[in-house]
Amino acid sequence: MNALNEQEVDGGAVKPALPFFLFGKFKEVGFGDKLFRGITGFFAFLILVLALMTFLALWVNSGPCFKAIGWKFLISSEWDPIQQKFGAVPFVYGTLVSSFLALLIATPLGLGISLFLTELAPLNLRTPVAFIVDILAAIPSVVYGLWGMFVLAPIMQAYVDPVMVKVIGGPFFVTTSIGLSFFTAGVILSIMILPTIIVISREVFEAVPNVYRESAKALGATDWETIQLSVLKPSKPGVVGAVMLGLGRALGETMAVTMVIGNMAQVTPNLLAPGHSMASVIANEFTEATGDVYLAALSEIGLLLMVITLVLNIAAHLLVWFTTRNYGRA
Amino acid sequence: MFGINYQTRRSFTNKLMVFLCGLAAVIAFIPLMSLLIYVVSQGFQQFRPAFFVNLPEPVGVPGGGMANAILGTLTLMVIASVVGLPVGIFAGVYLAEFGKKSKFAWTVRFVADVLSGVPSIVTGIVAYTVIVKPMGNFSALAGGCALGFMMIPIVTRTTEELVKLIPHSLREASWALGIPEWKTILSIVIRTAKNGILTGVLLSIARVAGETAPLLFTSFNNQFWPRSINEPTASLTVQVYTYAISPFDDWRQQAWTGALVLLLIVLAVNVFAKMFFKTGRGVLR
Amino acid sequence: MIDELMQKEKAQKVKMETTKPVGESVKLVVPHTEVEMSAVQKVKVKAEGVCAWFGDKQALFDVNMNVNQKEVTAIIGPSGCGKSTLIRCFNRMHETVPTARFAGDIMLEDKSIFDPKLDPVVVRRRIGMVFQKPTPFPTLSIYENVIVGLKLNGVRDKKVLDQAVESSLRKAALWEEVKDSLNKPGAALSGGQQQRLCIARALAVELEVLLMDEPCSALDPISTSKVEELIHELRQNYTIIIVTHNMQQAARVSQKTAFMLNGKLIEYDATEKVFTNPSNKLTEDYITGRFG
Repeated sequence: MNALNEQEVDGGAVKPALPFFLFGKFKEVGFGDKLFRGITGFFAFLILVLALMTFLALWVNSGPCFKAIGWKFLISSEWDPIQQKFGAVPFVYGTLVSSFLALLIATPLGLGISLFLTELAPLNLRTPVAFIVDILAAIPSVVYGLWGMFVLAPIMQAYVDPVMVKVIGGPFFVTTSIGLSFFTAGVILSIMILPTIIVISREVFEAVPNVYRESAKALGATDWETIQLSVLKPSKPGVVGAVMLGLGRALGETMAVTMVIGNMAQVTPNLLAPGHSMASVIANEFTEATGDVYLAALSEIGLLLMVITLVLNIAAHLLVWFTTRNYGRA
Repeated sequence: MFGINYQTRRSFTNKLMVFLCGLAAVIAFIPLMSLLIYVVSQGFQQFRPAFFVNLPEPVGVPGGGMANAILGTLTLMVIASVVGLPVGIFAGVYLAEFGKKSKFAWTVRFVADVLSGVPSIVTGIVAYTVIVKPMGNFSALAGGCALGFMMIPIVTRTTEELVKLIPHSLREASWALGIPEWKTILSIVIRTAKNGILTGVLLSIARVAGETAPLLFTSFNNQFWPRSINEPTASLTVQVYTYAISPFDDWRQQAWTGALVLLLIVLAVNVFAKMFFKTGRGVLR
Repeated sequence: MIDELMQKEKAQKVKMETTKPVGESVKLVVPHTEVEMSAVQKVKVKAEGVCAWFGDKQALFDVNMNVNQKEVTAIIGPSGCGKSTLIRCFNRMHETVPTARFAGDIMLEDKSIFDPKLDPVVVRRRIGMVFQKPTPFPTLSIYENVIVGLKLNGVRDKKVLDQAVESSLRKAALWEEVKDSLNKPGAALSGGQQQRLCIARALAVELEVLLMDEPCSALDPISTSKVEELIHELRQNYTIIIVTHNMQQAARVSQKTAFMLNGKLIEYDATEKVFTNPSNKLTEDYITGRFG
């Protein structure tokens, strides 16, 4: 439906299927058309301005930090505003660790749910489950944070953390904590990025024409084999895209993480220890930052965060493009 | 021809995987239920008229409310809409109508996608830099602009998608009547897509209404009624955050109530937008 | 459950009253049709009082039909007459539509395919299906497409697989065209080749009955004639049921023809008889192009 319309529109709006002389008249003589095009085009241009402004604002703001600390900022793990020592490593580490944990939990869950929604669930169950996903997506981040602080963190501390220490242990789950940790942040992030992964992978799965499912079934494939063969295999690039967009959301998520990660700048393999993330340090310290370099250091973390999400987004696009192209050729 | 054991294993794998997919849905349901139950049960304890008409009180003084924060949030929404909607809608129309193959449109589309991936806290820094710094103080204007910046890419892309869905035959019918293209777009295309665009707008407002991060150092916070858009302004989200991380039980209790109000607003707008979309002459679905 | 049983019982009663004359008429007609056909033709698939619903809408009304072994049976009729629904019942594909309901019974060699103990998956391994649009799995190569059914059944032996690929592709008259490009993706073939690839894919499993749902309607005339030739070939070893809206095609490829209208089986007889001397007025109207 969508594709069809797009095609129709594609063939038309700019170069309608009218005789070219009529079309030319349409375009050249109409002053109103030109004006309208100019106005809307100007607003479109403003988007580019906004992007440029975002980048420049961060860049200029980070200036003093570049000057004072330079590249060391990226490799130092010391964060001591009083002694004017700034290093981004603990925050990059915290962001990556909590986001990666979130993906680890949310990817199988999200894909399972979207398969359930598109392929397996009885019709009368699909609408309620989809509704639940919608609500999950609509809940504000600060509400997640509140719940994470007062409900999730105590549960993690009392029940989940001890089990993880016993079952996995090792360097990753050492001692029980106060419940505010990388791990808790990862768990709450996984809940928050679940809707993103579900909505996008669901779109991808629904794009698979039904005939492929039927051909797999006609070969005697079970429900699961049908899914593997006709749904999952051709959807791989789209699923990767869905997961990457989920990751993008996890990286930039601020409030919920700030409220449960413990806010301590450190690099440790122990996931049950409190940590800090790039977004949470900005949220916590930006208004209290005294001195140019301190403020600039926080801005630079913001710049870094933006660059990371930007790279991730572009990589997601390229990967999807590359795999779909491969798949088209293949 | 084929081993019986293998067939049993196949059918077992199948049942297991179907079960696991269903289980995933159940697992996702648990935190949601827990969250809703806590917000409602905890939030209801302070959910009374005083909460909606009173200003915040210092710790220990009973009867404090979040009236100024609720008003502040509304103010921020209005400013954000003024900043974000015109740009978003017109840019979306441009992309859908004139931006089929041009490099400029491709760039705008790409940049809009990238912008919608920019973390909200970063948008906060930007608004701080371009508005708070030059003006010298935190303000509702800065907060509203930050939220407006966030709305722009969302509204742009939804508008584009919806305008694209309008069948070409409608435009042709209008051209055939000798109506110029710009009038066709304004009076036929946009009007047909109106309900859909409105839904997209409402959803984007609901989304930024729940934002906290970009407000922390733009609109900041305030204990009093807002008097102008050029001074620090309280908002529900920031107030909930401030109270939540405070060490006082009284305030924490109010944070739950604030969260309940916030949740009700956001869910109501969501449900309203979706109902509107269904009953209206929507073009999607 | 009880409801279903009662429906089944009812359908069976109806069958008792109606099938007999049909069966007799079939027996009477058979000797006249083609030389190779004998009166002792074995019945391969038997539909007994088949009714089907989608939601509240009934799509099939008490269809009784005996399909003989190693024959091509064509089902014709105007759009929406239920012919596709019927053919999808034959391997329980109709169950993939969530709102579908079914009553009656279908027997494969005297065993009900609706036996509650029987997994539809097992049924579909013996009764394969080819669809209107060719559907080679886009991410798989030609080779992988053919053996996909075997792989599902746990066959891993490279030799067995190689053999199966060659023999299935030969049976589907595709081997000569693709033997040098087995690792190319299935989607790279032409439409007609893709459809024959799908037939090969169905043949690779332990297939007995092949259902074809308008297999040529998406193909050009040359590809169509190739597929029709193939159907002739396959009749040596398989029982084939083909749904088509193309009456010439039905006349060309089939030995038996069933004419359906509004979910009912109007006439079912030897192809020659249906097309030259139909016993029902409605059939005649349709054949002569008065409607549909």
